[in-house]
Amino acid sequence: MYELFKDLGDWLVSGEQWTGPDGIGHRLAEHLQYSLLATLVAAAIALPVGLLIGHTGRGAFLAINLASFGRALPTVGLVVLVFLASGLSMWPVYVALVALAVPSIVTNTYAGMTAVDPEVKDAARGQGMRWHQVLFQVELPLALPLIMTGLRLALIQVVATATIAAYVSFGGLGRYVFDGLAQRDLVQVLGGAVLVALVAVVLDLGLSDLQRVLFRHRPA
Amino acid sequence: MTIDWSWIGDHTDDLTTLTVSHLQAALSAVFFGLLISLPLAVVAHRIRPLRGVLLGLSNVLFTIPSIAVFVLLLPVSGLTRTTTVVGLTIYTLVVLLRNTVEGLDSVPAKTKEAAKAMGTRPLRALLTVELPLALPVIMAGVRIATVMSISLVSVATYIGDGGLGQLFTDGFQRNFPTPVIAGVVLTLLLALVADALLVAVQYVLTPWTRRRA
Repeated sequence: MYELFKDLGDWLVSGEQWTGPDGIGHRLAEHLQYSLLATLVAAAIALPVGLLIGHTGRGAFLAINLASFGRALPTVGLVVLVFLASGLSMWPVYVALVALAVPSIVTNTYAGMTAVDPEVKDAARGQGMRWHQVLFQVELPLALPLIMTGLRLALIQVVATATIAAYVSFGGLGRYVFDGLAQRDLVQVLGGAVLVALVAVVLDLGLSDLQRVLFRHRPA
Repeated sequence: MTIDWSWIGDHTDDLTTLTVSHLQAALSAVFFGLLISLPLAVVAHRIRPLRGVLLGLSNVLFTIPSIAVFVLLLPVSGLTRTTTVVGLTIYTLVVLLRNTVEGLDSVPAKTKEAAKAMGTRPLRALLTVELPLALPVIMAGVRIATVMSISLVSVATYIGDGGLGQLFTDGFQRNFPTPVIAGVVLTLLLALVADALLVAVQYVLTPWTRRRA
């Protein structure tokens, strides 16, 4: 056990491990690229949907059930399915990651919108604000903390799951996990796993601090 | 991408075995998750300083990717069912712990005082007053944890287990979509049925939440 941790430590800090096309630096960049792009695409789809459902109050049933459907959908199965349908391309990775991120963003955006005090909305309307002014100048700013939480949750889930890109022969930190499993090299597998976990934890802590700084003047 | 129905017809036995094994892994995880999180939640509820620590710790555990959890357990428990169940249990903890604490918090202070005034001892009050009243919120957590576990079992296919997840590896290696589709559909069905059953269980267990007609 001790030997294993020592090897793992050596693996994580050795210079040659960090450079080159199979180095940690490059794999980390790939991993972040998949994660950020997938979360951005998911946000572009999910934010308007969540805002619309929250603003109109219609389709709440959809928003709630989408979340539980999203939780039930096995990501591994989805990746393989899209892979078999589309061949060797980035599609399987992005489809699976976006599908994973959309429900968290929709439900949190919707939750944030419904938490806005109806009297505030009435007051805004009573002042003669048009619907888009109510949406963008009143509801959206008030719902922002919860929307941010949704985006953060989605990003963390996506970072954790982007490991799967390596399963369908792409890069990212999952490369070490799957290569290590194939080569029966436990140190490499553990190294990859530790790195993914670290990235997820650091991003989560960093973003929740950022949220706290941004919304510090507001009651939680 | 067409479904080869004859493959499904020829493999109903395998599909049944995998489904049962899948469900077993997920349910064991929720069971052990409850076993661990119920006492922890009571502690977190009663002793305020520990609350932030326990909830924060379970949050950090939750951010660790599932594949990483399984892999990190390999040196301890190897390529076994134990690894799958322990990994999944860790995942259920954050949801179960948070919901149980919130459930206990939601019990009205007046009800607890009434129980105390009637001479109910603390343990008895916990078991017969607080936990039952917290049940709706706890059950919401159990539902999320169950659905999540059912979906996550398939990740354990990378460490040689994974119930229905094995169909994904199989279909991937043979470039054959039918098992993959079957696996996804069966996983979704399992989650749906389990969730519906839990709603029914909660309905039976909490008669006082139903409004009289």
